[in-house]
Amino acid sequence: MSVDTGSTTQRFEAALADLEVPVTSTDPSKFERTVERIAGEPAIGTSLPFPSVSLPDWVDDEPSPRDLESATTGITAASIGIADYGSVVLPATPSGAEQVSLFPDLHVPVLRESDLVADMPTAIERLGPQLREGHSAIVATGPSATADMGSLVKGAHGPKDVHVLLLEEAGEDDE
Amino acid sequence: MSSDADREAKADHIRHLLETEGEAVETNTLGFNQGRYDSVAGLEDYDALKRTARAIKEDAIERLPELLEELRETVEANGGTVYLADDAADANRYIRDLAIEDEADRVVKSKSMTTEELEVNEALEGDGVDVVETDLGEWVLQVADEAPSHIVAPAIHKSEDEIARLFNAEFDPEEPLETAEELTMFAREQLGELIREADIGMTGANFVTADSGSIMLVTSEGNARKVAVVPDTHVAVAGVEKIVPSVEDLAPFIELIGRSGTGQDITSYISLLTPPVDSPVVDFDEPDVAFADRDDDREFHLVLIDNGRLEMREDDQLRETLYCIRCSACANTCGNFQSVGGHAFGGETYSGGIATGWEAGVHGYESAAEFNDLCTGCSRCVEACPVEIDIPWINTVVRDRLNRAGDDGQFEFLYDELVPDAEPGGLDLQKRLFGNYETLAKLGSATAPVSNWVAGLGPVRTLMERTVGVDSRRSLPAFQRETLQDWYDRRGPRRPASDADREVVLYPDTYTNYIDVERGKAAVRVLEALDVHVRLPDVPGSGRAPLSQGMIETADRKASRVYATLAEHLDAGRDVVVIEPSDLAMFRNEYEKLMPERSFERLRDGSYEILEYVYGLLENGADASELRSGNGGPDVAYHSHCQQRTLGLDVYTRAVFEDLEYDVLESEVECCGMAGSFGYKEQYFELSMDVGDRLAEQFTTPEASDRQIVASGTSCEDQLDDLLGRDAVHPVELLDPRSRQH
Ligand code: SF4
Repeated sequence: MSVDTGSTTQRFEAALADLEVPVTSTDPSKFERTVERIAGEPAIGTSLPFPSVSLPDWVDDEPSPRDLESATTGITAASIGIADYGSVVLPATPSGAEQVSLFPDLHVPVLRESDLVADMPTAIERLGPQLREGHSAIVATGPSATADMGSLVKGAHGPKDVHVLLLEEAGEDDE
Repeated sequence: MSSDADREAKADHIRHLLETEGEAVETNTLGFNQGRYDSVAGLEDYDALKRTARAIKEDAIERLPELLEELRETVEANGGTVYLADDAADANRYIRDLAIEDEADRVVKSKSMTTEELEVNEALEGDGVDVVETDLGEWVLQVADEAPSHIVAPAIHKSEDEIARLFNAEFDPEEPLETAEELTMFAREQLGELIREADIGMTGANFVTADSGSIMLVTSEGNARKVAVVPDTHVAVAGVEKIVPSVEDLAPFIELIGRSGTGQDITSYISLLTPPVDSPVVDFDEPDVAFADRDDDREFHLVLIDNGRLEMREDDQLRETLYCIRCSACANTCGNFQSVGGHAFGGETYSGGIATGWEAGVHGYESAAEFNDLCTGCSRCVEACPVEIDIPWINTVVRDRLNRAGDDGQFEFLYDELVPDAEPGGLDLQKRLFGNYETLAKLGSATAPVSNWVAGLGPVRTLMERTVGVDSRRSLPAFQRETLQDWYDRRGPRRPASDADREVVLYPDTYTNYIDVERGKAAVRVLEALDVHVRLPDVPGSGRAPLSQGMIETADRKASRVYATLAEHLDAGRDVVVIEPSDLAMFRNEYEKLMPERSFERLRDGSYEILEYVYGLLENGADASELRSGNGGPDVAYHSHCQQRTLGLDVYTRAVFEDLEYDVLESEVECCGMAGSFGYKEQYFELSMDVGDRLAEQFTTPEASDRQIVASGTSCEDQLDDLLGRDAVHPVELLDPRSRQH
């Protein structure tokens, strides 16, 4: 949609900057340390479907309703990033990714840089077959917000903050 | 027929809202509206996106029966159920049965106007079910026991202070709540508790896709996400018009809906759910069972609502309403809505410009009649609408149908002579008076100045107010004894056809011909100065006046007569030049609905707004130095006309001013508030002045207060005269080489 130039990654980062959403780039070797820096405890998560990384041990990856209420950070995978909007696509899973991304005050979506697309139509085209197979997803852009109480407040029913983790995987650097 | 008492009651209601809710509504809607302009400016091709969105809706409504079947199959294959409810009672019965079957004590809801239409909360509460609105705005209204004033932001009429007072009185928190932040966190906590224990989650749906059985929800708070996944039963309620063929069709709407409504590029959450969803239930009765270990059997019910929609689909005029995606742009961009909000500009459920179509279709014409007059036809919403609905036309059609349903008028005998319209006898007198303005003007001019003296007399004004509701606080336009045509016949053309570059038919609109003759003379002189031969034949009124009162048949007759008169000139290669933008808008837009396509296209392509024409002449080599320039002319405060802007013609006036080096300050408001006859009506006088105040504010700043006020529309000129006590002139009067404007 936009007339911006620059690489998809730069545009994604610029869109997030407009939303005042921090984004941190990392690679598999630094992944755990980066998560440690960003996430607060207690942290919950759902297992990441990326072969190169997994959640650190101190992140509870089999949370229950009680954990949902006590956690301050939720870490889940994003399947697509949309450069034009700074959006991440969050697939729903039986393990509760939807809840983990919604209840804690901070949400950390983990997005592979290779899953970035330029615009909304491309993202929705990818989602089409998945929805037709019965799956669900949220296109999330920034934190939860409301203006219903007279002025803009972050963290209405969902997270007050979002911090995107952008994962550069091996091989990408050589391109 | 509206009586004087009805009009006064309406005026009282509007006055009350202006005082109590006006400020909050104004701040919020102006913010949304500006946000829309800023946000759509970032799109590469906004118009193409709107066209795509429109085409998808057209196709979907055309194929609705087939899509309904497909959707039923996909949802059932996914493991959900589909119920098509004929009307509100049918839908409520089904939903109540579900609650009873589920032994539900509490239903939590996310915002849904369609459930407001059904009044499902009341139905469930009647069975003792606790119904909780979890959208913060809706919850505020539930606590306050008030109705939404806006289709997207339901509590925009309430300020932070009011909400704080409400919560402090209702919940008596330990520390009184003050800020929006505190209020939000308090609400989040309270509602979080209520959602935990809920048995059923009910949402609406912004779109439903037939190919996958998915629903799309557009939200920012995250409450709809919780409502859809915490309880094990999800009920989604949606009008049948929400169905689109496929997931891929959603993309343009995702890009347009937030921008058009609250002016955000995209809202925080676009939920794309294919229920029953994969997400586990959040069961606080088993707080320590990990989600991964659950084996849930979720229930999903899609309740599709007909409630008049399938009939709207068969109605050539109301069908377009079904394309509406309920973004609220038409409300936010509307001058009247910005002043009073949905509690005046709305019916039983829906509010804003398109509400007339919705209310007429789902609740009936009586509900539409409540507020249909508040659409003045200014047309600013047309370009704002992401699916390009001709919202003013829907308002006109409904007004016409309401006129035809009226009682037999008691003053018929008196007025039928005076007002040669084609409308039924029961037509409201006030509408009839304004609709037949051309006849009145003719009469008034023939008997001027006596007619002006009589019309100005106190007792006469009182009588006019009582019988037809012409507000006595307005100064009435003074009719001129010598019309523009009389003057031109006497004076004759100064640029003979033989040595002119072009030939023009100057359209003598009613107002210019009988009242503001000066701007007509200025137009003649400007055209002649640029080597144009001017003709001023007798052409009837365009039909704008009757159309604005919903008198379509009268307007239709006028259109035929206008075309009959102008066709010969068009054939002879003459250009038709129009001073009054609202009349040109008839030629370029509404005539499409009133005459054969080829006739419409000929007139549309052969007619020009006066400054558009001047611009064209200058671009083609006419000598600008023949016109009065900004050097020696006054500095200008300019308000372009609402319909002129919708036609995209304001750019020409701006360009000509720039070419001639005028120092121009432009207004930023959508509409002056007068809108033809609207501001003369007793019941709307105060509203009209309130809308006008936003314009007056801009033109009384130190930067603007010494400038010559210039406006392109007659009613804008009148309104500015009344608001500022300063004479407003038409742009062409500035350019007039013999101008007396300094
Ligand atoms: S009519 Fe158009 S502008 Fe108005 S709410 Fe519907 S889609 Fe939005």
